[in-house]
Parts: sequence; structure tokens; C-alpha cells
Amino acid sequence: MQDIKNTIKAYILKEFLPGERPEALDDSTQLITQGVLDSLATLKLVSFIEERYGIALGPHETDAEYLNTLDRIANLIASKQPKKR
Amino acid sequence: MVMRRLEELLRHSASHFPDNVAVQDPDRCALTYRELVAAADAIRTSLENAGVRAGDRVGICAGKSVGTVAAIFGILSAKGAYVPVDATAPAERSAGIFDNCAVRAIVTTDKGLAALNAARSAPPFKVSDRISIPRAADLDLVVAARDAADSTPDAAKPPEGLAYILYTSGSTGKPKGVMHSHATALAFIDWCSEEFKPTSSDRFSSHASFHFDLSILDLYVPIKHGAAIVLITEERGKNPAQLAPLIAEQGITVWYSTPSILRLLVDFGKLQRVDCSKLRIVCYAGEVFPPKHQRALRAILAHPAYYNLYGPTETNVCTYDHVTDVPPDDFTGPLPIGRACSGDRTRIADENGREQPAGQEGELLVTGGSVMLGYWNLPERNAIAFHVDPDGSRWYRTGDLVIERGAGYYMFLGRRDRMVKRRGYRIELGEIEASLHRHENISEAAAIAVPDAESGVLIKAFINWKAATAPSIVQLKGIAAAHLPAYMIPDRFSVVPVLPKTSTDKIDYQKLRELD
Repeated sequence: MQDIKNTIKAYILKEFLPGERPEALDDSTQLITQGVLDSLATLKLVSFIEERYGIALGPHETDAEYLNTLDRIANLIASKQPKKR
Repeated sequence: MVMRRLEELLRHSASHFPDNVAVQDPDRCALTYRELVAAADAIRTSLENAGVRAGDRVGICAGKSVGTVAAIFGILSAKGAYVPVDATAPAERSAGIFDNCAVRAIVTTDKGLAALNAARSAPPFKVSDRISIPRAADLDLVVAARDAADSTPDAAKPPEGLAYILYTSGSTGKPKGVMHSHATALAFIDWCSEEFKPTSSDRFSSHASFHFDLSILDLYVPIKHGAAIVLITEERGKNPAQLAPLIAEQGITVWYSTPSILRLLVDFGKLQRVDCSKLRIVCYAGEVFPPKHQRALRAILAHPAYYNLYGPTETNVCTYDHVTDVPPDDFTGPLPIGRACSGDRTRIADENGREQPAGQEGELLVTGGSVMLGYWNLPERNAIAFHVDPDGSRWYRTGDLVIERGAGYYMFLGRRDRMVKRRGYRIELGEIEASLHRHENISEAAAIAVPDAESGVLIKAFINWKAATAPSIVQLKGIAAAHLPAYMIPDRFSVVPVLPKTSTDKIDYQKLRELD
């Protein structure tokens, strides 16, 4: 889970928050409702997630309800990955 | 039959095509012309009971649905003017717009009403009726009336024939209300009939939100011809993976959106896998469509006729180009916006509004049937916005610099002020600055727009921060999001000890660009 958060956080910092201090973005920072990710940025993030983790997000999983914080994003990704035995 | 009011278009089609689908929400239900008239009439009665009289403004703050379409025709039928706002923007901004034009009532949701009331200091709007639409019981729309004790002044008298007011970004930080009448809207709609030859079997996409001027074509052209409006909700509209299949499933024949959305369809929508064979016309407007992306679209969709429609909210569409050839990908010169639509006249003028000699660049001026009445209660802005000829004709100054290539065929060069276009939205950099400035720790703020290969334009904000601890970018984006819609939030922030000034102590934007 922490791995996922680190990966997504690094991607968001690089793509959408160049110059930001990494500690300013924590697991509960509101990404969509506080203006970090606009609709285009959200699409790019979704593409990144789908490609990186080989999963497909449903049409209703691409909004703030599922993607507003690193916590929620990590939960969504984890729930889509095959269960480890 | 000559129709003079927008709701007559609906009544006319309802008498000829009562059982045609008038408006379809692909996720919910469709209303026939007969049903849409009935729904609009019910809303008209609710509004009249709430005290709405001829000339009164009625706000709309709700997502796109068959209910909001019925509300628009209900308001027009009550002889009111509708004032649509972005339901996803901060409530404070919407409440400010509604107070600016002193709306008599609003159509919104329970949640929207609570947020609007919380954002106002005046006595709250009160629910006077609930809107019910057949087969759309989950819509949750209400009519809320202004309190009798609400003394928000009627700052201006509505002009004759006012149909709607669309608020656009204002350079002083306050959005300004562009007023259109039934006549100015119909001038544009009639041109669309002439050019696109719609029939009752057409199905028009309605992608733009109703506070956006692209919606005027989406709503009224199909209604005039007994065709169908296919509503694309805000959520679906920005999700290309859902948008592309919808074109096929809904058999859309006329598409209209910003180039940004068409680009998203190509880049993320897997458009090539979708059957778009019924699509006969694709219109785009609102921003420049880079040749590279035009070509990518046409490689997938070769058969439709492509139209670039140009015109600020103030003029409706005033020039158009039926695009047959796309310049090379690396072309960076000016792109065509075409020639004047019938009913409008255009000319190139110098700073004093005088016509430029042939071949010279200058500002595009527009006069004619589709040009706005003026801005709501801004007499000084109105005086600046128009150049008046000795014969009394009013020419709207677009602020856009153009040059002529061939008689009456224009190429767009750029802006003469601080307005930028981003994903089709108009943004006054001054409004961003004014909003940032409202934060207690921000003593100075300046915004610039710089070209960006990836997104077209990047907005960069420079601020001076008063508190000891420097803010994070995340924090600054949050501050911007408190007052501004998402599309106006700067992409980049820089905290600087002092903003560069000119000798007259104004912000030196040239130096800011160099700082960058």
C-alpha cells in the first residue's frame, strides 16, 4: 500500500506540482476539491494508473469520490489488484 | 411563420412533432416535445407563483438534466430571463452573480440552495415549489424565491426582450453579465439553420454547460427543427472514455464542443473504435485548434464537415470557417476564423475604432443582429465595449487582433488585453489576481499566461506572502480554489519577496516573464 502511495505521489509531484516540497503533499491532501488536479490532470493520472498497474478504472471511478486523496487512490488500486496468496 | 421568442421555437416544434424526442439524457430518460412543453409550463406556473414577472431574472444553479432544459423554457415562458451559473464553481461566486442581477427566484437543488444561502448575507432564498418531471423523479430540483425582506437592490432595469445573461470572467475580479435578447439569440440560430440545414431527424450533442455560450446552438437549433438534444452531463463530458461510445450509441449527427474536448477524444477516447458514421457536422469554438490535433482528428473522422465557429459571448458566433484544408503540423502562423455570418458585419479597426486600410492588422469589430444588448448594469463598460459610428450603428470591439486574407476572410493573431483562453474558457488574469489578493497573507499577486506546447497555455501566479512560513503550492492552489472555478486555478505559483514594478508603480508584467 505504501509503495502505491509513493509511486502516485511521485507522479503527481513531477507532473502537476513541479517545485513543490514533497512533505506538502500528504495522504489526505484533497487533490481534486482543492485545485491540485483539474479534469485534464485527473485523466492523465487515470491513464498513468491504468498503465502502471495494468488495471482498468470504471467510468464512475474517475472522480473525487475515488481519487481525491492518496489514501483513496491507493485503496482503489489495491482493490483492483489480484489478491496475493 | 416568423418566431420572435425562443420558447416559440419549442411550441412550434411541439405542434408539428409532438412525439419526437426533444431532449434525451442518456443516463436517465428522454422527454418528447409534448412532455417538454408540459414540464416547461408547470415550471412557468411555479415561477409565477413565486412572484416572477416579465423581465425578472431567474438563476439556474444545477447540473445538466432534462429538468434544467425544462426550467430554461419555463423561465422564458414566464417572460423571465435565465441566468445560468457553473454549479461546480464556489457558491460564493454564484451567489455574487445572482445578487449582481438581483434574481427574483432560482432553480437549483436542495444542496445547491443550502450552499448559496450560506454564501450570502441577505435573507435566504426559500423553497416555493419542487419540480417534478415524468420519469426523472431523482432530479431533486426546486424553485426557490427571494425573501420579501431581501433588499438586494434592482440595480438596473432589464432591457426589452432580455432572454438570458451569461456571466464571463471580469478583469476587476467580478464576473460581468453579457445580456442577450430573444432577437440576438434568434439571429444566430437562424444563421445555423441556413448553414447546417438541420432536420427533425438530427441529433445534436449538448456538451457545453448552460452557462457557456456554446449551449445556445446546442439548445435552440435542435428545438427549432424538431430534432433531439442529447445531453452530455458535466461528469461524462470530461471523461473521454465514456464520451466516444456515446457518439455512436446516441447516433449523434451534429457535434459541437471546444477543440480541447475533441483532442481528449482523440488522445484518451479510443475514438477510432467507435462508429461515428452518423456524424455529419463537427463544430468547434472557443479557442485555437492547433493543426497537429486537427489532423489527428480528421485521420480518424474523415467524413464529417468541419466548422470553426468564432465569436466572443458578446456576439454569439459572428464569423465562421468551413474548414477544408488543415495547415502543416509545424505551422505557427495565424489560423483562419473565416468570414462574417449572415446578419453580421465585420471590419478591422485601429484603436479609435476607425477602419484600417486594406491589408493592415487591427482589432475585429462586429455589428449586426447577433451582437449582445450590453453588460448588466455596467454603463461604463458598455461605453468602452462599443464603437458607435456617426450613423448610430454599434460595433462591438472584440479585443481580438486579426488580419484579412482575401476579402472579408479573417486570420486570428492574438489578444490586445489580458484575457486568455484556456480549454475554451475565457479567463481574465485580473480576476485571478483579485481572488488571490483576498487572502490575508497575500499582499501582492500577479498572473501571467505563457504558451505551452502540451496544454496550449500555462497560467503562472506570482505572490508576495506576508507570514513567516512560506506556503506550499498545495496550500496556494487551495486558496485559489476557494474563490475560483477549477479552470482558473493557476498551474504554477512562485513566491517572491517583491513583485517587479514599472516607473509608475504598476506591476511590470514584462519583467515577470523574464523572472520566469
